Amino acid sequence: MPTATYIQAINLALKEEMRRDPDVFVMGEDVAALGGAFKATDGILEEFGPARILDTPISEALIVGAGVGAAVQGLRPVVEMQFMDFAACGFDQIVNMAATARYRHGGALDVPLVIRGPSGGGVHGALFHSQDPEAWFTRVPGLKVVAPSTAADARGLLKAAIRDDDPVIFLEHKRLYRSVKEELPEEQEPEPLGRARLARAGSDISIVTYGGTVPLCLEAADRLAAEGVETEVVDLRTLLPLDRDAVRRTVAKTGKLLVVHEDRQTGGLGGEIVAWTVEHCWDLLDAPPQRVTALDCHTPFAPALEAYVLPGTDEIADAARRLAAY
Amino acid sequence: MRSFTSRVDRDLKLYHWMKLTREFEDRVSRLHAQNRILGGVYSGRGQEAVAVGCCADLEPADVIFPLHRDLGAMLVKGVDPGRLMAQLLGKETGLSRGKDSFLHGGDPAHGVFGGTSMLGATLPVACGTALAMKLRRDPHVAVAFFGEGASSRGDVHEAMNFAAVHALPVVFVCENNRYAYSTPQALQMAIEDVADRAAAYGMKGMVSGGNDLGAVLETMARAVRRAREGLGPTLVELKTYRYRGHSEHDPARYRGEEELIQWTSRDPIPRWETYLALRGHDVEKVRGETESEVAQLVDDALAFAEASPDPEPQEALEDLYATPLDVAPSAVPAGSEAAASYPP
Repeated sequence: MPTATYIQAINLALKEEMRRDPDVFVMGEDVAALGGAFKATDGILEEFGPARILDTPISEALIVGAGVGAAVQGLRPVVEMQFMDFAACGFDQIVNMAATARYRHGGALDVPLVIRGPSGGGVHGALFHSQDPEAWFTRVPGLKVVAPSTAADARGLLKAAIRDDDPVIFLEHKRLYRSVKEELPEEQEPEPLGRARLARAGSDISIVTYGGTVPLCLEAADRLAAEGVETEVVDLRTLLPLDRDAVRRTVAKTGKLLVVHEDRQTGGLGGEIVAWTVEHCWDLLDAPPQRVTALDCHTPFAPALEAYVLPGTDEIADAARRLAAY
Repeated sequence: MRSFTSRVDRDLKLYHWMKLTREFEDRVSRLHAQNRILGGVYSGRGQEAVAVGCCADLEPADVIFPLHRDLGAMLVKGVDPGRLMAQLLGKETGLSRGKDSFLHGGDPAHGVFGGTSMLGATLPVACGTALAMKLRRDPHVAVAFFGEGASSRGDVHEAMNFAAVHALPVVFVCENNRYAYSTPQALQMAIEDVADRAAAYGMKGMVSGGNDLGAVLETMARAVRRAREGLGPTLVELKTYRYRGHSEHDPARYRGEEELIQWTSRDPIPRWETYLALRGHDVEKVRGETESEVAQLVDDALAFAEASPDPEPQEALEDLYATPLDVAPSAVPAGSEAAASYPP
């Protein structure tokens, strides 16, 4: 297979799952005739016809709620939030309806629903097209949250999310959509949810990250390697459930933990990872765990403001350097 | 359609279900007053004709989305009264196995989807179920209940609009009981009939007396037939009245005595007794027999629920996912021998 971008991998995973299982069904705003604002669903209407993909009105509560209703009736809906920021408009349906459905039915209900869409900043999308909403969802039991950083993972994890019997929030970092290009195999099995990936092996310090900041961390690791510091980079890939074992393993190896995410710091996933590490891996640590994240601020529009708020490679490299020297 | 052996059989079963609903709910109110039941208790007393009438002619595979005052709908759909009582008592044998209170538990085996406390939020879900039915050419229907109070919510608008666009096999039943908790209809909307809004969606709207079982049956039959024939959704508004407060702790002093008396005089159960009398039944005899039957059923349900075990505390972490996650963070002390053998 020729090289595929991250978004082409998502498109491929959708089509492969739709060919495999006639119950897989796509719904969202502008997904059918237009093929999605970012073309994630391009060509699906042509290949599968209008019974498998549906353009909805601008109604996020309806999109999520109808996804739940179709899922409990036996379909496997994949619904798109045109921008993940808009999930706020469907929030009740996600956290109160979808996330509690199995629980409040005493386990007697499967909810095989995927809520996917573009998240993240760095593309001058401004306040409502740039948010990193993962922490809205990573503390909601009943949900799973996935955030791939490579095309292969986007493909493999989306397949697993579609085959999963629980609601999955699938966060696609929009900056990666066309900047990530990889050679993909002809055939690819689903990539199990809940397992981190070793993105780069190293022995001096560990960076635990996910989604849009993975390429930045790898770039920072290259810079540090030139300075003689070997950085391990762990890509979490799934944020709920969190692969705590992977965190423990890398901390056991390097003793130094830097958590990096594009989401804001306060209440972000990094705080949980650091707290867990301090509670459970204290004896393995050689330095206080650190975080590099967005500032506790909205993601502003003007390039100078946005770059100031979001974490960049320089900040990651600086923090890693300080940690290595500790 | 649900099978009744004869008109007589149907007429008497409808009476039985309304009486069972009332007996069950009155017993629950008493249990609450005796502190034998936990949490909020929301009685649908007075609204039995809506709950029973809307479901009486549904098929087992039709899916309903009942409200917390629609106990009767769940009974008619075949949900076991013992499991319902166990649900109210937070028992292991309840619909949600102790996870949620009152009528949020559903019973998928009987086509009952349990709602949340965000009333109106099940309407989008009903649309999805109806969409799945339509896409699979499954001839069944979804029936979603909401109050005139929930009609103010955005979910309701989004759902009705979508259902009309796609001519979905769904019936939206507005149980207009005139109050959203304490807020009267006049402070909720500037129109008299919620069903007026149907026209704005390009949907059929119907208004009927919700305390008149015959009228409920007839209206629902038309709406369900339209849905089954592919003619799309219907907004059915049934005018009714909640005798008790919003919940058992609410004395409902915001309502006038005359209003309560007027509506009590339109009670659906004596009204159906009049119908039965005109159909030649000995109503005294039917009433006596039915009251014995339903009292026994509720006794049995309560005995089953009270004899059922409480859930084990650690079951709180069950039913979150299809395959349980390790939700409790590892307590293995770092650096210990146990940590070294902790799964890699």
